[in-house]
Amino acid sequence: MLLVLEKRAERSAVIAITSPLIAIALTLVTMSVLFAILGKNPIAALNVYFVEPLTDSFTLMEIAVKATPLVMIAIGLSLCYLANVWNIGAEGQFLMGAVCGSWLAVVTNGTGAGPWVLPAMLVLGALGGALYALIPAICKVRFGANEILTSLMLVYVADLIMDYLVRGPWRDPKGMNFPTTAAFDPVATVPTLIEGSRLHSGAVVACIVVMLAAVMLGRTIKGFEIRVVGAAPKAARFAGFSSDRLVLFTFAVSGALAGLAGIIEVAGPVGVLQPGISPGYGFTAIIVAFLGRLNPIGILIAGLFLALTFIGGEGVQISMKIPLDLTKVFQGILLFYVLACDSLILYRIRLITPYRKAADGTA
Amino acid sequence: MGLLEAIILSVIAASTPLLLAAAGELVVERSGVLNLGVEGMMIMGAACGFAGAWFTGSTFLGALCGIAAGAALSCVFALLTLGLAVNQVAAGLALTILGVGLSGLIGAGFVGEKISPAPNLYIPLLTSIPFIGRILFGQDLFVYFSVALVAAIWWFLYRTRAGLVLRAVGDSHTSAHALGYPVLKIRMFAVLFGGGCAGLGGAFLPLAYTPFFIPGMTAGRGWIALALVVFSSWLPGRLAAGAYLFGAVTILQLHAQAFGLGIPSQLMSSLPYLATVVVLVLISRARGTAGSAAPASLGMVFVPDR
Repeated sequence: MLLVLEKRAERSAVIAITSPLIAIALTLVTMSVLFAILGKNPIAALNVYFVEPLTDSFTLMEIAVKATPLVMIAIGLSLCYLANVWNIGAEGQFLMGAVCGSWLAVVTNGTGAGPWVLPAMLVLGALGGALYALIPAICKVRFGANEILTSLMLVYVADLIMDYLVRGPWRDPKGMNFPTTAAFDPVATVPTLIEGSRLHSGAVVACIVVMLAAVMLGRTIKGFEIRVVGAAPKAARFAGFSSDRLVLFTFAVSGALAGLAGIIEVAGPVGVLQPGISPGYGFTAIIVAFLGRLNPIGILIAGLFLALTFIGGEGVQISMKIPLDLTKVFQGILLFYVLACDSLILYRIRLITPYRKAADGTA
Repeated sequence: MGLLEAIILSVIAASTPLLLAAAGELVVERSGVLNLGVEGMMIMGAACGFAGAWFTGSTFLGALCGIAAGAALSCVFALLTLGLAVNQVAAGLALTILGVGLSGLIGAGFVGEKISPAPNLYIPLLTSIPFIGRILFGQDLFVYFSVALVAAIWWFLYRTRAGLVLRAVGDSHTSAHALGYPVLKIRMFAVLFGGGCAGLGGAFLPLAYTPFFIPGMTAGRGWIALALVVFSSWLPGRLAAGAYLFGAVTILQLHAQAFGLGIPSQLMSSLPYLATVVVLVLISRARGTAGSAAPASLGMVFVPDR
């Protein structure tokens, strides 16, 4: 008996819709086993992880706050992945966006600058992320260097650049030697949506980004170009689409979105530039992009779900003393199941018995 | 001990984990599979290697645990990419995320614990030769094993029939399949081998480099190992040279920081990563005219038709 993969004649429409749900269900089963191994009651743990955050208005808003950067980054990444371009350095572009935008907040700090500061910061953040993303893109187009490795290496570099700035030139002189800039002025802060909460207008920006991406992918030539280059490179070349230009375009857009997410995070919920502003948003966004099936609406839903895992992870850490790394385990397993289920859209698994031997026996 | 001798010894120590992991990945990529999960397998090797050594008190058993952890993780990768024809880039990323998370869970109980580091070889007379004695005859066993491993891989790839078949599978899986070679089975063994090597490379860190475990202690070495394979043009000899070169860059920046040249420490710390980018660009540019040296089927999904 042997299990083999067999190509389906057509994509399976049923599995295409249900695959993320199957993947989530399988992940929950696996997590239950893991909780049991850790000596915790699986039902109670899953309840703290996935249900409790949904029953409280504070954690619900917190989910939206965490989903904001995830969705924005993942939208950009989905454009890359659709075009078969592998930008995995969004974490670095996020940090560089935060750094570039914060520069303005730091130099205008306490000068009583007008309300132009925040918009200018957002532009600088997006620009910083885009330029940083263009480094691996140019290395790929111009020299053929593998973008996976170069974009990832630049994550470590971005982290060190930020570390240098907040410990050195940008450190708050009144900050008791903590590695952080001074708190941003109100004109350099993203306004909150509801008085006294952490929910900020960045969430609105994320929703606009989702809509723009949906329109671009579904209704414009550029969106068509992205999908053709990714799905059928030879046909794209025949149609005159330049894959080099598309590499630059997708990297720049995804970098700009990651950078924008970075500066919104710093000027919004965090309020200062300091190490540890990202719990790995740039990497988690990769999972969001795939779980959302590289579709803008799907990414919005997937982003909210992955944000829930951050909040739930903190919940089980506090109430059940389970290390925060559990969230990463959960995310890794989820991505595996998503990929495996997606494979079943194109292939079916068949059980075959070694019929030849049986035939030999009767002959 | 002179400064130069100390520097050479520390370069060898810094290069060994890179060499072990990269050597394994070279075999994997030669078979046509791109496993981007090296970082995850290394950090799992580090966590499980430390746990094994802590429980048993034996460096050797710890190293075996590291190998087993790396191979087990790579087995998941093989099931998905070979069994279910999943995109190798995405599956490799998932492997790294999973490995980093699992190692944190496993290692959480061991943070702050100490073990005795792997003993160094000592041969009377030979080890006490000035300068070269310590370098040639006074290393720990990981170092000798890594050098032997690269030599063995060279011999396997270029001097054995099985190595030839493996390279054929990596260069054209359809031709190899048509000739009747079990493509997926060969790739499965290659991936497991690569996982074991990455696990051992990771285990080297807490077992020999620093005698304790820190979460995230591989610090991107898995990714540098992947870059080294590209740097080497998939040739074992160049791989060893590249690994020692990168080890030297790492150590150089540490010494420069110690001298306090007034350069921000962050700039020096970023040198290995920047060097990786620069080297990738230079290598890719040099190869631009001569065509890629990569195995022709690298990273492509293969589903045998019957």
